[in-house]
Amino acid sequence: MAELLRYRDDETVDHPAVTVDAFLDQSNASAVRIEPGDDARDLLPHLERVALVEVNFPAFGDGRGYSSARILREAGYDGELRAVGDVLVDQLAYMRRCGFDAFEPDQQLDKGDVQAAFDRWPEVYQPAADDRTPIWTKRHS
Amino acid sequence: MYKYDQYDQAMVDARVEEFRDQARRRLEGKLTEAQFTPLRLKNGLYLQLHAYMLRVAIPYGTLDSRQMHALADIADRYDRGYGHFTTRQNIQYNWIKLEDAADILADLSKVEMHAIQTSGNCIRNISSDHFAGAAADEVVDPRPYAELLRQWSSFHPEFNYLPRKFKIAVIASDTDRAAMRLHDIGIQIVQNDAGELGAAFYVGGGMGRTPMIAPCINDFVPLDRLVTYAEACLRVYNRYGRRDNKYKARIKILVHELGAEEYTRQVEEEFAHLLEQGVEPPFAELERIRTFFEDPLFEADASSDIDRSDPDFALWVDRNTVAHKADGYVSAVISLKPVGGIPGDATAEQMRLMADLAKDYSFDELRVMHTQNIVLPHVRKADLHALWTALDEAGLGAPNLDTVEDIIACPGLDYCSLANARSIPVAQRISERFAKTGKTETLGQLKLKISGCINACGHHHAGHIGILGVDRKGVENYQLLLGGSEAEDVSLAKITGPGFDEHGIVDAVETVTTVYEREREDGERFLDTYRRIGMNPFKEALYG
Amino acid sequence: MRLLTGNDLKTGAVTWWTGSDWSIHVEDAADVTGSEDETARREEAARRVNAPYAVDAETQDGVPRPTHIKERVRTLGPTVRPDLTLKPAEPDLGNWVI
Repeated sequence: MAELLRYRDDETVDHPAVTVDAFLDQSNASAVRIEPGDDARDLLPHLERVALVEVNFPAFGDGRGYSSARILREAGYDGELRAVGDVLVDQLAYMRRCGFDAFEPDQQLDKGDVQAAFDRWPEVYQPAADDRTPIWTKRHS
Repeated sequence: MYKYDQYDQAMVDARVEEFRDQARRRLEGKLTEAQFTPLRLKNGLYLQLHAYMLRVAIPYGTLDSRQMHALADIADRYDRGYGHFTTRQNIQYNWIKLEDAADILADLSKVEMHAIQTSGNCIRNISSDHFAGAAADEVVDPRPYAELLRQWSSFHPEFNYLPRKFKIAVIASDTDRAAMRLHDIGIQIVQNDAGELGAAFYVGGGMGRTPMIAPCINDFVPLDRLVTYAEACLRVYNRYGRRDNKYKARIKILVHELGAEEYTRQVEEEFAHLLEQGVEPPFAELERIRTFFEDPLFEADASSDIDRSDPDFALWVDRNTVAHKADGYVSAVISLKPVGGIPGDATAEQMRLMADLAKDYSFDELRVMHTQNIVLPHVRKADLHALWTALDEAGLGAPNLDTVEDIIACPGLDYCSLANARSIPVAQRISERFAKTGKTETLGQLKLKISGCINACGHHHAGHIGILGVDRKGVENYQLLLGGSEAEDVSLAKITGPGFDEHGIVDAVETVTTVYEREREDGERFLDTYRRIGMNPFKEALYG
Repeated sequence: MRLLTGNDLKTGAVTWWTGSDWSIHVEDAADVTGSEDETARREEAARRVNAPYAVDAETQDGVPRPTHIKERVRTLGPTVRPDLTLKPAEPDLGNWVI
């Protein structure tokens, strides 16, 4: 397991994330892990007790986690949203835009490459779960 | 024509540098081929049969002479002096080096072009009507909507790792010249009874190994909700499209398995949610984009007279020019289907000539057709003879639009690592055969489409006559299909029976045209006759 | 016999394993029966080849000829553009490929 990249100021949740099914059964769990086939919307009635959502990427090409992340942010979730698993450096900027603010990749990422990935895009075309202003809004403000 | 502002340019330039960095990391061994493959595909770079292949986007098939010159320069500088225009209005180069690829992208960026999302499991380059802005029958120019969707889909953070590729086409007339209903999403801009414009969404069409015609899931999405609706369609697909089997991962399978009604219900639910999220661009952006697609300054008193005294010229005018909305103008089609030639290929010299002719005769604009030809969209009738003379001298004057010689063919086994059989030689032999018998003209409109494998890049399912190359124990074999159409009368072709070898398939095509000649009634195209009389007469002639 | 083939990582050119190096000419290819997996792994890891795989071939007139038509097209180039193949001057090229 590689180093955790975290872009939040609050304390890291120190207990392990449970599955969505276990989370829904246990009223005291505050960390949950979403697998690609899980419906992130199952968590929405319980967001007030969630401090950490891990979204697992068993294979980097499975993009369901991007939708899961955005759905949680759209519902107002403001706790930690961590991408875990087969997370590659060239995906970080896209994940960040979908609302992820922590990354726990299986493979250690090069720090310079990580910084380059986050610095890459001067603008964005479309709104997502971050606070960046889309080009089409800038053009007309 | 759309022009980049500093934002568009900054995004494309950033993409070039991102890819340069990715290619460097691949060459240094920091990325495995498995990790690099989706990254290079999203920049149009394939590893093909002989080398890397680069597919360059031509958004909605529109380009100007400066851009066409740049494409020619790339063919000379980095490839082998030619390019291949594709069935999705793009161009691809067959002999590219990985170490050159970033420099090519940088050259493209200088003329507001790119290869972004021309492959990979993401939203691909958006195609449109090749006569957009010129056609007499369009409600409105469809390209501003395609451009808006281009911006929305470029680097979309949620939809870069879809289950499979995703192709969108936008048209704005009842005549479909873009195979709209054979796309993952086909959009038709329509006008309602109140005179308002909206978008009809057709979702879940496609060719490939499981061809399907897209059902209409919403016949009128207001234009100020267009992007939000598209986002809802994509989100449902990204979440629930199959990922267990790549051959069942396209959205058509999801729509088919859920049923159009249930898929629509899920989209509408997501749409209602996304309307609260503010993902729609300001309407002013659509208005801004529209200003780039205003009519050029057509001459009000352009003459409609054409001197038809040269019969070769007259034939070309009859065959290769199409009615225009402005009096005294036509859209002129440059055929890239010379008899015995390679469908869709153009040399760098030919590209430069077409660019210069566009500048002289067509308000500096060219279009790529999905049938792998080039259009000069706005030509004065008075200029046609000069245009034709220049084209004919360069071997670009073939008078065969929509005839049996105007064959769509995928690159096939001559270039493609997925292919099972060669497509190009079959196209060459067929066009030679019909040119020799002189029947091309009498057969009228006859759309013949050839694919070298089941993935159907050559649109064989949509051919009036389709040909599918298969591998039969290591030997090329060709199946014949009849009755397909990609147009507004969309239908899927049916296979005639056992396949043929590479000589037999040419004879078989001739045989079915003979049946048509025998059976046709007044004004019927091949397709009409087939639909009226059915498969049996053709089968009897083929297999006796 | 078995031949190991792949593409040059930088240029994309089709290449064949000669027993000690890579060549664009199938005439130089060595039989890799028994060592194909190991050689492929080592050479790919060293980035001297991209996406290597082994193919069946037989010897014909002293030259290895891949069994499958796709590999023979790969070996020389597109049949529809003899001018772009490795042997543009050879008139009987088509017979070898098809």
